[in-house]
Order: sequence, then C-alpha cells, then structure tokens
Amino acid sequence: MRVFDPHIHMTSRTTDDYRRMAAAGVRSVVEPAFWLGQPRTNPGSFGDYFDSLLGWEPYRASQYGVRHHATLALNPKEANDPRCKGVLDLLPHYLEKDGVVAVGEIGYDSMTPAEDEAFAAQLDLAREFGLPALVHTPHRDKAAGTRRTLDVVAASGIEPGRVAVDHLNEVTVAAVKDSGCWTGFSIYPETKMSPPRMVSILQEYGIERVLVNSAADWGHSDPLLTVATGQAMLDAGFSADDVDRVLWRNPIEFYAQSGRLDLSELPEPEATFAGSSVKRGGS
Amino acid sequence: MTPETLRTLLGGVPENGWFAEAEARVRADPDAIGQLFARAGRMLGRRQLPDHPAWTAGQAGRVLLLLAIAAEQREVRVAELYWRGDPAERLAVLHALEHLTLGEAGVPLIEDALRTNDKRLVAAALGPCAALLDAAVWRQGVVKCVFMEVPLSVVDRLGERADQPLAEMLGGLARERAAAGRRMPADALALLNRRSLAKGFKAEEG
Ligand SMILES: [Zn+2]
Repeated sequence: MRVFDPHIHMTSRTTDDYRRMAAAGVRSVVEPAFWLGQPRTNPGSFGDYFDSLLGWEPYRASQYGVRHHATLALNPKEANDPRCKGVLDLLPHYLEKDGVVAVGEIGYDSMTPAEDEAFAAQLDLAREFGLPALVHTPHRDKAAGTRRTLDVVAASGIEPGRVAVDHLNEVTVAAVKDSGCWTGFSIYPETKMSPPRMVSILQEYGIERVLVNSAADWGHSDPLLTVATGQAMLDAGFSADDVDRVLWRNPIEFYAQSGRLDLSELPEPEATFAGSSVKRGGS
Repeated sequence: MTPETLRTLLGGVPENGWFAEAEARVRADPDAIGQLFARAGRMLGRRQLPDHPAWTAGQAGRVLLLLAIAAEQREVRVAELYWRGDPAERLAVLHALEHLTLGEAGVPLIEDALRTNDKRLVAAALGPCAALLDAAVWRQGVVKCVFMEVPLSVVDRLGERADQPLAEMLGGLARERAAAGRRMPADALALLNRRSLAKGFKAEEG
C-alpha cells in the first residue's frame, strides 16, 4: 500500500512518527498551516512558521523517506485576532514558493465577520496564484458551517474542482459532493471519523474526489489511520486499486493542480501494489 | 561552476526561453527578481542536469538571475532574497556569492547557513564562498561537517586552509570518539593525519 496523507501537521509529530509512517507505506504528506495551540500575536511568528513548513520540515521528512509539501494560509481561528491580520499581506510572497501546493487551511471556525473576510480574501489569493484551496469545516455547527462554506466558495468564482472541503462526516458529505468540490475526511481515533464509518461513506458515495487524511496534530490523533482505512477498505471488499486511488492517486490529482507537486526521486512503488507482489521474485 | 558553464547548461533545457525573458526583466527592473527567483525552480526544472548531478536547471537559472542584478543594487537585494528564501533559494544565493563580489556583506548569510541543521546549506556555506569567513568560523564549520556526516570534499581549499587549531579540534574529537567506541569518518581521520605529519602534532587515534 502506498499512501499520500493530504492533511497532517508533522511539525507537531516526532521523528518516530516519520519512521512508522514510512515503514507503513506513507511516502508523501501535505502539511497545512494551522493553529499551533498557543495563539500567535504578530505576523512575524507566522512568517517563521511558514519558513519552517517550507524549509526545516520537508528536510526532516526527507531524512525518513517521506516527501513533504505545504499549504499556507491564515487559519480561521487566528483570523479573528486583529494583530494577525498582517499575515494576509505576507501570503503573496510565500504563495510563490515551490513547496506550496494549496492555500489552506482556510474556512470557518466560529463563522464571524472577520472569518468571512479572511476566507474570501484567501480564495481570491488561491485564484491569483493558480493554487487549489484546502478548506476546514467547523467543529461546532458543522452542517450550517458547511453550507455557508459552499456558498462562499461558489461566490468566489474559484472552480469547485480546485477546492477540497475537509473534516466531513455523514451529515455534510452529500452537499459537498453535489457542489463539485473534493470531499475530505479526517480519520481520528475517537471523534470526526473512524475507518469503518469511512468505508461506509465510500460504499455509498464512491471513491471519486475523495481525500482521506489523518489530520494528525498535537492532539489525540494517529498518523497511521490512513493506512488503517486502506486496510478496512480491503477487508470490506474494495480492490487494491481502489485503495491506491483513494490513498495515493486522488491526493496527487488534487494537489497536482498547483503545478508544483514534486514526487520525483521517490522510491519505486512497493511491489505489492495492485496485486503484483511477486514482481521482485518474492524478496 | 562558472557563470559561463551555467549559461551553457541552461542553453540546453527546453525552458531556456523563459529564462532569457526573466533575465532581461531583472536587468531592466531589479524589483522583478523576487517573484522570478521563486518561480525559477519549477519553471526551469527541478531535476538533476545531465553530467552535473549537483545542479538543476532551476538552480543554475537562479544563480544567473542574481548576477543579472545591477551591481549597485546587489548587496541589498541578495541579502533580502536569502532571508526571505526557501532552502533552494538560499542555496542558490550561497552558490552565487563567489561571483557576486559582495565582500563582507555576504558573511552574515554564510554564517546563517552554517548555523542550520540542513546538510545542503552547511555544505554550500563551506564552498568557495567560505573564502569570506574568518578562520575560527570556518574551523567550526569543518568540524560541524564531521558531526553531520557531510563529506569533507565539499569544503573548498580544505588542504590549504586546514591549520593547527583545526587539527587540535579534530584530534580532540577523535579522542572523544575513541572513548565512546565510535569511529571518526575516514576523510576526517585522513585530514588529521596529514596535518599531524606536517606539523609534528601527535594525534591519539582510536
Ligand atoms: Zn488541520
């Protein structure tokens, strides 16, 4: 199984995680800029964070055989702090960088006017810089938040196929699917979504335009739940090719729209892909 | 790599037209370089150049774009591009420094690269641009290479610059390693032996 985790906050994880992920088949990750738990009080803190998402973190990942790209944005929660507003002025500089494959995470946390403004402005930036957008949906009032998210996306004029709406569940998936946006699911140990529930959603809605991620961060989360979901798919009768589509080809298709995804020099796919496990003489 | 060689290599890539236009824009307006410098990586290609695996077309293009900045603007612009650059952009600055004739203004950039934990940046900082570094900083850089397992072949003019204090630092490291049952890399040991023979310095190898 080869796995591309399209949403994981590796800055908050240890090198042991990188080792375990690489051993389990996770070869490529995208790390969205987000809230660090401790609020930041000035744009410079974001600049240093963005530098680390484009510099130190990809370098660290590469030492464990994992390819790392980033999405950059002012996250919805901190969009509410007027001291962080200057981050929007920093973004045009950073959105030119090679390692950036989308604008994100943007969207809503508490659905405030400040969030409206930052969300719309950053969708405009995505269009201006030819980047897809990764959109977070709120934990509280999720159904209403998702509807409002889709309205803002439609109003912005960005092509729905260039937008991933993340952290969906059984209640919010249908509307996003109908909008033409990509549907993102964060598989968590307890909350959000579990591997068996994810399999049911795939059975009902199909495997097109679906992104499955661990969204692992500094909270209770598990970077191997993408792999566990692939296994649950196989157990439920999905083919190895279906798993490869969901966990590898789909995220590549989505982020390759940036024109910047660089997967060269990745090791050859495991010989177990699509059942051709005897390719290397059983080694 | 001389600018002439880089230019010849770039002439062979299909995206050379993009580069010619970008270079002309930077010559006409130094403000244009910020965006073009960032884009050069993906526009010119991030794959290794044939026969020059240490270089990509993108990096060659970046070095030549830096050289296209008007001389009186260079000091400020180059520093800005380094501090606001990603690692590949910073590497291009370090590689270009030997041709940019910035003098002392290049030193803080090289010293920053030496402080990182990124082998690529540390190696580039000890290339030809390291001529600007004073001996103490340079020695620290060389010993850092030994710690980071960066081959000493990256160090420009190593044989010429290696001095007695460096030999003493390496000798001390060799003793620590011996006490811990760990080996010194062969290139560091070879350097230490060469210096010890030349100066009669007695290294206690393990
Ligand atoms: Zn997240």
